[in-house]
Amino acid sequence: MTVKLTVLSAVGSLVWGTLLAAMRVSPVPLLRGAGAAYVNIVRNIPLTVIIVFSSLGLADIFGVTMGTDNFDIQGFRLAVLSLAAYHSAFVCEALRSGINTVPVGQAEAARAIGLSFSQTLRLIVLPQAFRSVITPLANVLIALTKNTTVAAAIGVAEAASLMKTMIENEAQTLLIGAVFAFGFVVLTLPTGLFLGWLGKRLAVKR
Amino acid sequence: MTSVLYDAPGPRAKRRNVIVSVVSFVLFALFLWWIWRTMDDKGQLKWSLWEPFTTAEAWTTYLLPGLGNTLKAAALAMVIALPLGALFGIARLSDHRWISVPAGVVVEFFRAIPVLLLMLFANELYVRSSGLSSEERPLYAVVTGLVLYNSSVLAEVVRAGILALPKGQSEAAMAIGLRKNQTMTSILLPQAVTVMLPAIVSQLVVIVKDTALGGVLLQFTELLNARSTLAANYANVIPSFIVVAVIYIVLNFALTSFASWLEGRLRRGKKSTGTVLPAADTGDATAAGATVA
Repeated sequence: MTVKLTVLSAVGSLVWGTLLAAMRVSPVPLLRGAGAAYVNIVRNIPLTVIIVFSSLGLADIFGVTMGTDNFDIQGFRLAVLSLAAYHSAFVCEALRSGINTVPVGQAEAARAIGLSFSQTLRLIVLPQAFRSVITPLANVLIALTKNTTVAAAIGVAEAASLMKTMIENEAQTLLIGAVFAFGFVVLTLPTGLFLGWLGKRLAVKR
Repeated sequence: MTSVLYDAPGPRAKRRNVIVSVVSFVLFALFLWWIWRTMDDKGQLKWSLWEPFTTAEAWTTYLLPGLGNTLKAAALAMVIALPLGALFGIARLSDHRWISVPAGVVVEFFRAIPVLLLMLFANELYVRSSGLSSEERPLYAVVTGLVLYNSSVLAEVVRAGILALPKGQSEAAMAIGLRKNQTMTSILLPQAVTVMLPAIVSQLVVIVKDTALGGVLLQFTELLNARSTLAANYANVIPSFIVVAVIYIVLNFALTSFASWLEGRLRRGKKSTGTVLPAADTGDATAAGATVA
């Protein structure tokens, strides 16, 4: 469950975060402002508040049922939605700093051969930016993996809520805690090492 | 309004920008209107639901004590985690393998575990093996979890801060005959503290946000938990969420702005070496030091 939550929200936050980053550097002031506002608001609210709101506010009051009446599936989808919404702000910030590391000459050359803004961004700047921010993005991904535990707050049966029920029912607190802790070490350490290696390998040589 | 990503707009680009602006404005407006309509339909805009926030009662019985507990837990966690983090960070830099390797293992281990698991675990441990009353326990558990996690993050910050100093500093210290711990305490640490300040302040934001975890899963009566009692009392789910979110935003935005102001000031300052750890935040700032090192 933890892995499923992580993968789905990672994809969601990557897509939405990229869009946000594009908005924040776009020539249209309104989009820039909206992007900045979104990032600043979402970054400063605890994820717990967002997830609990998605359940109590979005589902119960606004009637966003995420296309299902099954409470478990709905909780899972809401968790994915909130995790993606929260982490996309961080993806956006990472990408924006990546865009800043792309040398000015690249964008200038792109403009000089007559590419439009979206072409410059899609074909020249973003591919280079992505390669230089793999390590920061990996850190966001690791944070995301760990933050999936917050979904326990709305009753999604992932690692933390499992651990809670197990600890309450079994006697060996220490053992159960150690097993879950080990599980997360196994999940996050290789991700960090692999993506760090990938980041070094793909880094644009200058 | 100049950027390298696009040319200064000509007449056609200006027209296009206006069109894009109008279209996106309409979309935003539609979205806001939908929110407004649904809230209106569900009766969430009724003044009776918002009125409690203008009375002193809502603030003094629910929100302010909640906010107080949030700040208390965050402050306690920070005060305990900082020296611990400094200890582990310095231990990791030790020349003796038997000190640096265990410290490294501990730091990496606690950094890899979700803070929520640590809190749940600490809570259960306190239930079984200590005489804490059930009113005190959540605070202890929350602070324990936060300390374990954040001291390892701060250890990385400290390590990165010391490593970020120019090598000439420690070389000069050794050249004038200072011992290793003299070099550390009188040359490296004082400089590293200024280097680390922004990263430490932004870690504080992470701690404040993480206290909310304890409210939902451990019944620690912090801001978010106080919100649910308040909402249960006045039946105003949405308004209470909005008010609480605004409190968090104001609090954390102030801290983030302070961190980046500090960063800019230290970067420009003439007294320091000009190296500053940026206030990195990746959702829980696992990367605070790692990105710089």
